Amino acid sequence: MTDSLGKVRSWFSGGSLFWPAVGLGLLFIFNAIFASGFLNIEVRDGHLYGAMIDIVHQGAKVMLLAIGMTLVIGSGGVDLSVGSIMAIAGAVAAAMVQANIGLPAALLAALGIACVAGLCNGLLVSVAGIQPIIATLILMVAGRGVAMLITNGQILTFENPGFVFLGNGHFLGLPFTLTVVLVTLALTLLLTRKTAIGLFLESLGDNERAARYSGVPTRLIKTLVYVFSGLCAGIAGLIAASNIKAADSSRVGEMLELDAIFAVVVGGTALTGGRFTLLGSILGALLIQTLTTTMYNLGVPPSVAPVPKAIVILAVCLMQSSKFREHLLALAGRKATA
Amino acid sequence: MPAPQSPEPLLRIEGLSKSFRGVKALSEVQLTVRAGEIHALMGENGAGKSTLIKALTGVHAPDAGEIRLLGRQVRPESPRDAENLGISTVYQEVNLVPTMSVADNICLGRQPTRFGFLRKRALRDRAAKALSRIGVQLDVSRSLGSCSMAEQQLVAIARALDVQAKLLILDEPTSSLDEREVETLFNVMRQLRAEGLGLIFVTHFLDQVYAISDRITVLRNGTFVGEYVATELPRLKLINAMLGREFAEMEKLEHTAAEAEVKREVVLEARGISKAGVMGEIDLDIHKGEVLGLAGLLGSGRSETAKMLFGIHPSETGHLKINGAEASIRSPRVAMRHKFGFCSEDRKTEGVIPHLSVRENIILAMQASRGPLRQLSAKEQQTIAEHYIRALNIKTASTETPIMNLSGGNQQKALLARWLATQPKLIILDEPTRGIDVGAKAEIEKLIHSLRADGMSVLFISSDVEEIVRTCQRVAVLRDRKKVGELRGSEIQPENIVHVIAHHD
Repeated sequence: MTDSLGKVRSWFSGGSLFWPAVGLGLLFIFNAIFASGFLNIEVRDGHLYGAMIDIVHQGAKVMLLAIGMTLVIGSGGVDLSVGSIMAIAGAVAAAMVQANIGLPAALLAALGIACVAGLCNGLLVSVAGIQPIIATLILMVAGRGVAMLITNGQILTFENPGFVFLGNGHFLGLPFTLTVVLVTLALTLLLTRKTAIGLFLESLGDNERAARYSGVPTRLIKTLVYVFSGLCAGIAGLIAASNIKAADSSRVGEMLELDAIFAVVVGGTALTGGRFTLLGSILGALLIQTLTTTMYNLGVPPSVAPVPKAIVILAVCLMQSSKFREHLLALAGRKATA
Repeated sequence: MPAPQSPEPLLRIEGLSKSFRGVKALSEVQLTVRAGEIHALMGENGAGKSTLIKALTGVHAPDAGEIRLLGRQVRPESPRDAENLGISTVYQEVNLVPTMSVADNICLGRQPTRFGFLRKRALRDRAAKALSRIGVQLDVSRSLGSCSMAEQQLVAIARALDVQAKLLILDEPTSSLDEREVETLFNVMRQLRAEGLGLIFVTHFLDQVYAISDRITVLRNGTFVGEYVATELPRLKLINAMLGREFAEMEKLEHTAAEAEVKREVVLEARGISKAGVMGEIDLDIHKGEVLGLAGLLGSGRSETAKMLFGIHPSETGHLKINGAEASIRSPRVAMRHKFGFCSEDRKTEGVIPHLSVRENIILAMQASRGPLRQLSAKEQQTIAEHYIRALNIKTASTETPIMNLSGGNQQKALLARWLATQPKLIILDEPTRGIDVGAKAEIEKLIHSLRADGMSVLFISSDVEEIVRTCQRVAVLRDRKKVGELRGSEIQPENIVHVIAHHD
């Protein structure tokens, strides 16, 4: 009895990737049973199609945002402006493509401006000492206005094949967006784990004063995470524009900052900063996208879809909390002895 | 004047003990406060003053011992419970709500209501009455934030007295007040004493202790040293009680100082460095292979000097020479480039990175000085961590254990390892042995000796005079943010240090 309880206990308190993986697995099983054809993958014109491929493709934007957001949250901050930066990047690229400036220049300019937007956030936080939630709220509100200025308040459409490929094309049989996510993830993992930046970031998020007194360049790192988050948002913004072949400044990326924060938290990175897990955030983003797709498949009207979504997120967050698990174990223990 | 003795004192604490994670914070402590007396509770940091007060106000449950209030044994379970028993506390940092009115603050949590609605008039009347009781004239509708620190302190006292308090604890109430404000506060305290309240006054300002207290209880390292009548206790004896053993029983300590008179090269030469509001002008020389001690009471500027030298509070005046060359230390990173290391006295907020592993905590400063791109390989990190865990005898389950799971002494040793790994030429140790058990303390002292023998310079800060005597070749004594004396060689004796601290010019 005690042995089996111990086993349950160790299984219960598994690594930080455990609970989001369980949540994602359960959702897949649920879908496999209730949504017909969920597991089907078919090959058309050499490309793979199916519900699961769709989830990866649709979830690319949140995954990209979550990668940047993970580093920001790891440093003890938060970035609310990513949705607006998406709009700015999309607007810049669309406007330049429309003006017949070459695609590479347009994409680089869009990403450059996204980085500048992130730099503004970073300087407000690290130099001016404004609380991250307020500092990034400024750009969250103002950013859409900036995007509207660029597009003159209109929806700019484009047909540039290269730009359209970014969000709709296929590479090695899979959506090209997946390649973008994987490359970004791999580079970020290299950047944080094969240099000391990850260590500096985690020590900064865990105890900023101690990190600074130990010689960690806290101000620089703090600034750079917002630049990086801006860059990720810029890439997501380009994909979003490409998806619909247009820059829709008022709608693109709306509320996505919250999805990204959810993804990071569900993935196991604490909002208080410190230890972060990029893979967890990717799992979290996939979980959220699967939920959205599930609602759609089940025909739940979009107006009420957020409710079941919230319940699942709440459940995963509760299971992530060691305090809640202890309560649950205590309850189970009492039942077992009774 | 102490009121005539009633058969049972207002408060009698006996045999009170409390440990945290196996470290004794209080051991068999006693405290007796009579009605109508102001009782000063004295002791250096780590003496156990705040733990004792927290046990008395129900924040910590004591492990052993009893608390008697007017002869009746009590066991406060929470601050609110203590308040109901008649024990009220005013903390150092006024913990009231600055944006609310004075009246709201005084009645916070016990507002008069009718049918669940606030009775504004009654609330204001009650607040005004509470203030006039201590003779304070203040518009109760003002917001607390617009009042001066002293006024806020008085409001906090009025609030504490609004419940039927018999015993009022004032924890460092004067630390942010100017002289005139202190006098106002003292008048209120005298009036409360006349009304028959018992007051416990915690402070580290000696002048204030003598100005107002009737009796003094001294704690040291979590133990009771003695209870004295203030007028019969000379200042020197008080400092002695706070810092070390009585002279009479003080054994001669083995001394390593005599050898230090040899001329050695100067590693650091500071002339007139100061920072407004932090530290007055100070001159210091630190030689190669020498332990320079900084002695002085709490608030004398020891830690401030350390932080100035390490670039945390960069100095604004004077100049600094490192190995004979002019230097200016604007930040910890610059200090580290000069091969300085700094172990803060505040392990928790300025030292450990709690959730990171012992390994990561140890290599952090070394990695930071290498920069982000030249990452120490996993193997190098492991080797360095294991080396110091063995060398300093750090007790940890593994290199990957989060450092917060270690005991205070082992955390301290890991932080020492963090700096030793950077191979510093000068290491600043601010209270490296505070709050850790005796065994770890001895190990750290031994380590300092061997570092010195290897040619490292050490700036050593400690409240423990005997530890200074055992460890240092030269001692600079600070008082009121100034250097007031320097002792070397055979002059380094506890009584000399205490004498310089207490000396009035």
